Amino acid sequence: MSVCPSMTMPKTLYEKLIDQHCVTRIDADHVLLYVDFHIMNEYTSPQAFAGLHSAARPVRRAGAHLAVIDHVNPTRPITDLSQIADSGGRLQIETLGQNCARHGIELFDLFDPRQGIEHVVVPENGFAWPGMVIACGDSHTTTYGAFGALAYGIGTSEIEHVLATQTLVYRVLAPMQVRIDGALPLGVSAKDIVMAFVKDVGAAGASGYAVEFTGSTVAALSVEARMTLCNMAVEAGARAALIAPDATVFNYLQGRPHAPKGADWEAACVDWQTLQSDPDARFAKTVTIDASTIAPLVTWGTSPDQSVPITGCVPEQADARALDYMGLHAGQQLTDITIDRAFIGSCTNARIEDLRRAATILRGRRVAGGVTALVVPGSKQVRAMAEDEGLDRIFKDAGFEWRGAGCSMCLAMNDDVIPEGERCASSTNRNFEGRQGRGARTHLMSPEMVAAAAVTGTLTDVRTMMDPAP
Amino acid sequence: MTPFQTVSGVAAPLPMANIDTDVIMPKQFLKRIDREGLAIGAFHDLRFDETGKPRPDFILNKLPYNAAKFLICGDNFGCGSSREYAVWGLQQLGIRAIIAPSIAGIFFGNCEKNGLLALTLPQPDIDHLMHCAMSGDTCMMVIDLNAQIIHTASKRISFDIPDARKQLLLSGADHVQQTLDQTDLIATFEADQADRRPWLWSRG
Ligand code: SF4
Repeated sequence: MSVCPSMTMPKTLYEKLIDQHCVTRIDADHVLLYVDFHIMNEYTSPQAFAGLHSAARPVRRAGAHLAVIDHVNPTRPITDLSQIADSGGRLQIETLGQNCARHGIELFDLFDPRQGIEHVVVPENGFAWPGMVIACGDSHTTTYGAFGALAYGIGTSEIEHVLATQTLVYRVLAPMQVRIDGALPLGVSAKDIVMAFVKDVGAAGASGYAVEFTGSTVAALSVEARMTLCNMAVEAGARAALIAPDATVFNYLQGRPHAPKGADWEAACVDWQTLQSDPDARFAKTVTIDASTIAPLVTWGTSPDQSVPITGCVPEQADARALDYMGLHAGQQLTDITIDRAFIGSCTNARIEDLRRAATILRGRRVAGGVTALVVPGSKQVRAMAEDEGLDRIFKDAGFEWRGAGCSMCLAMNDDVIPEGERCASSTNRNFEGRQGRGARTHLMSPEMVAAAAVTGTLTDVRTMMDPAP
Repeated sequence: MTPFQTVSGVAAPLPMANIDTDVIMPKQFLKRIDREGLAIGAFHDLRFDETGKPRPDFILNKLPYNAAKFLICGDNFGCGSSREYAVWGLQQLGIRAIIAPSIAGIFFGNCEKNGLLALTLPQPDIDHLMHCAMSGDTCMMVIDLNAQIIHTASKRISFDIPDARKQLLLSGADHVQQTLDQTDLIATFEADQADRRPWLWSRG
């Protein structure tokens, strides 16, 4: 069979993963790629199942899928689906339940203690492993690159294709290396690194590329921080983001409910050590970032690449349409911008480490008058862990609402919507027009920066609220 | 899906960069389990004001662009969320082709799967098409997929497209069936993977 790429040339990690999953080569640009694991949510999957049913096709491998309710559910407590006022969302939740039951697919439904944002619950339950190809009908599927998995977002037709065939027709990307070295300064976290990357290359700068993050800064990051990095790489257009798996990843995975066990674990670890770019592998493009020079970043506009350090001003050449939407003017000092809302949540920044860092800022402080502040843990397990640690008390004492798990105000498909014209400091990943509500104004930043803004009521340099490192 | 062979119609200019899928299809139209009724949602907040009245300034509300079949767009069209609703809505609005200097990856794939022609062209070609689209006198175009040519009033612009993609668009064939025809290859792959990497087949 000459159908798949050769195994002899030096290879990048990305190319190795493609080789290992190539069922057959379709043409110069495309392969038929095998999908090891596939995740579905309630809002991009219904029409895929409908297509499958109308063609009377079975699901090829029911055990290779997981479904999660996360996008449309309320984050206030409910005990029954009938309490969801929005009939469309309720129908989507019910439909996913029916589709999973019909095909024997595992579902974390709304009342499952493991429910939460798909990209939070999949890793915490040990479903994402090095060397896998993972697909999901959601663009932030790049998150699992933190494990050394080739993971990418797909549309509804492709969901149908995976359900029926366990494969996808895949356009092979060019490998890009993003080398990040240097110690992270105090008050700067993975969110700032990835925002710096998106700002550097632009919102389409990694379009057509599979990014591999390398360098000493990345090696020193926790798995959760690596997820933040890979998650938001899609905001630069990268359809895949990878980090070579190492002991940090193996330690994170070992013992999680769905991770390999026993002899499987031993064999897997040996194989996973080979998941690295060869020393002489060629990248189509290399970008370098000096982490020691990064300051906390905040977006001023309506695209994730429109950001400046918190110490800066709205750029003089800022896009007029974005400024008009955001209600800002060129040259305005960022720290003069007042906010109405603070939101800590999303698959980018609602894991336990994110909540801990935000809580450190909020301990003993209060949310400013006039600011509505919300924290939506990424999953019920994150929420429970935070409660065990007493973080919920810190948030509540500070004046934050402590909610249930879901996507919530990241895309405002449930009832957590920002009213027209209000301005939000948000730990999410997209500041698009209308994303958090029609006419809502979003400033993206790290969760600790959101906490700082909530306390002062204006965009604030979190470093001024931190004790210098010992 | 509807085959795409030779299509003629009005091209509308949308020169802004980074038009994301939240703008193409806002969230309030995503709460459904079918693909119907999405024409109203396409570019909703650009097309209509808060009271639901059409905004007269928006290009797709103006003659002759209210009948546009092609969109000539800026960089990174379709970035953001993976929602295929964006593509369904554009098609229900009558759009048959998206032409831009760059198109975001997931959106591009979604177009392809639904028979919406998505083309990326070099900037000089985009500049010409944009210039033509800007004027009501020159905004008519013909796209001949088989010949791989876009005809404007003054020029013929040729484009590249991988043959497999072109054949699918021309025929409107079923993507899933195409792959199911290769089930033997998939089964062979699975057996081989189960042998080499058995842990991938014993998930607890
Ligand atoms: S948290 Fe936001 S970005 Fe993440 S999956 Fe949910 S809606 Fe998408």
